[in-house]
Amino acid sequence: MNEETKVDKTRRNLVVATSVAGGAASVGAAIPFVISMWPSERAKAAGAPVEVDISKIAPGEMAVIEWRGKPVWVIHRTKEMIESLKVATARLTDPESRASKQPSYAKNEARAQNPEWMVMEGVCTHLGCSPQLKTAEAKAEMGGDWAGGFYCPCHGSKFDYAGRVFRGAPAPLNLEVPPYMLAEGKLTIGEDKETKGS
Amino acid sequence: MGTMVARLWAWFDARMPSVAEQWKIHASEYYAPKNFNFWYFFGSLAMLVLVIQIVSGIFLTMNYKPDAGLAFGSVEYIMRDVPGGWLIRYIHSTGASAFFIVVYLHMFRAMLYGSYKEPRELIWIFGVLIYLTLMGEAFFGYLLPWGQMSYWGAQVIVNLFGTVPFIGPDLALWIRGDYVVSDATLNRFFALHVIALPLVLLGLVVAHILALHDVGSNNPDGVEIKKLKGPDGKPLDGIPFHPYYTVKDLLGAVVFLAIFCIVMFFVPEMGGYFLEYNNFIPADPLKTPEHIAPVWYFTPYYSILRAVPPLFNSQFPGVLAMGVATLILFFLPWLDRSPVKSIRYRGVRYKCWLAAFVVVFVILGYLGTENTNVWGQFPVSDDSFLGRNIVDTKDVATWMARVCTVVYFLFFFLMPWYTARDKVLPVPERVTA
Repeated sequence: MNEETKVDKTRRNLVVATSVAGGAASVGAAIPFVISMWPSERAKAAGAPVEVDISKIAPGEMAVIEWRGKPVWVIHRTKEMIESLKVATARLTDPESRASKQPSYAKNEARAQNPEWMVMEGVCTHLGCSPQLKTAEAKAEMGGDWAGGFYCPCHGSKFDYAGRVFRGAPAPLNLEVPPYMLAEGKLTIGEDKETKGS
Repeated sequence: MGTMVARLWAWFDARMPSVAEQWKIHASEYYAPKNFNFWYFFGSLAMLVLVIQIVSGIFLTMNYKPDAGLAFGSVEYIMRDVPGGWLIRYIHSTGASAFFIVVYLHMFRAMLYGSYKEPRELIWIFGVLIYLTLMGEAFFGYLLPWGQMSYWGAQVIVNLFGTVPFIGPDLALWIRGDYVVSDATLNRFFALHVIALPLVLLGLVVAHILALHDVGSNNPDGVEIKKLKGPDGKPLDGIPFHPYYTVKDLLGAVVFLAIFCIVMFFVPEMGGYFLEYNNFIPADPLKTPEHIAPVWYFTPYYSILRAVPPLFNSQFPGVLAMGVATLILFFLPWLDRSPVKSIRYRGVRYKCWLAAFVVVFVILGYLGTENTNVWGQFPVSDDSFLGRNIVDTKDVATWMARVCTVVYFLFFFLMPWYTARDKVLPVPERVTA
């Protein structure tokens, strides 16, 4: 090898080291841009609990409350609605809500602290659409054995009055139940004894 | 006068000769096969639509407000109060659908004539990247009017990323910049739609064309015209792109623009396919519209998403199927093992599979625009063996979509076998008339 084609090892190493340092600096420079896309402090602060007067919700009626920008359903269930939860357990994906998300006091068949009051997020566990109320009268549309519940217009998932999903739907889990507290005619969404304690 | 121009040009050329040189390489001395047919209009038309979208988009941003409280109103303001605003918006919305029509036909041309095969794999890869970028561009742009479909479409698609195991929820949060689709999401989608992706798109288009002009165009016979050159070193079956194909493409552009104008002036909503009715209602985070479907160009993939049932308490398999359905396009050059390129010399197997692919793609596209109960239900009792163990849904359309999804994937996965075993015809030395 003659002088002209011989690689100067020191210089080559310096070139490599400079390139590596430059590459690391480029990655570092990307950090502020990447983190700027996380929720801002203002967005994080907007998740405060919501208090609702539920004394005016008659049996069989449903109210939609906005909490953290999401619809939360408050349903005053009638006896028939509570009874309907027993009918179709065999056709549910997760009848005992084992894999689904809810506070411990709502991990029962009615998925509620008090079976008369169903509180859940009206957000489909499939891809986040808001399902629609389909009462037992919607049999023509929902099938002859429909006992009432919810239907997601986006991808056709069906839920009962406790937000439990029927098999054969793309939604994998029951609708989520947010933390909440029930008192005389008053409901607080987004806070319960467990979250308050922590 | 003539000499003035000539002298000015000589002055310019002496200082920047690369302009004349590039013109030669890419136009006046770019030799394209002389047998281009109807299918070869769509590449130049895609460029034309890109220009239309960029120009109309610039003028829309002059009056549009990327703010959750103002966006919907600003679009209505453009439609009603801005002089010519309605026209600019309809140009842009019609252009979006036209872009996909042209690109789908352009891609189908590549499948007809094997244009993705060696040595044009890179052109195809850049093309698929353009297609994916275009999908992103369409998705981000669709949120901007802040109508009901904008909102819920974005909600669904961002949540697709939320289903990725482990990192999904954080990823969706990072994309939205909030716990739900909100002002933060709208603002960043605006930035991506008007700056980031258009730049990416332009870069990819340049790469696509450079790669094309390096290896030369394919043609309906799938023969390499560079193999047979005349004494002047130019391909015997090639003609200069300019003026021959610039003139041909100009005719294509005229016909295309005539159709474009008919749609834009008389049916800009295209019966709800180009502009969905629910998008004329402002976004309401608490209420999903009765009937929700993506715009027509996404519906084949949307059908695939909907057809796959959840597995292991996760909806990720459906999302994965949808992702694979688009990404598999990248591998087409290596899945196709046929010794010939063009459909003209392929055997009956490939022709049948390609026909089946087109049919299922169209059916999936149609089903994606409808509810799953559009074709009624199978009469299966819940208590029967079928009802208990096999039939998770009785919707005829869902089962049809499942069959079509399977055919869609078989077209790609079985391709190495059916293309290799096909009885092909001998390919001529030169292009045919």
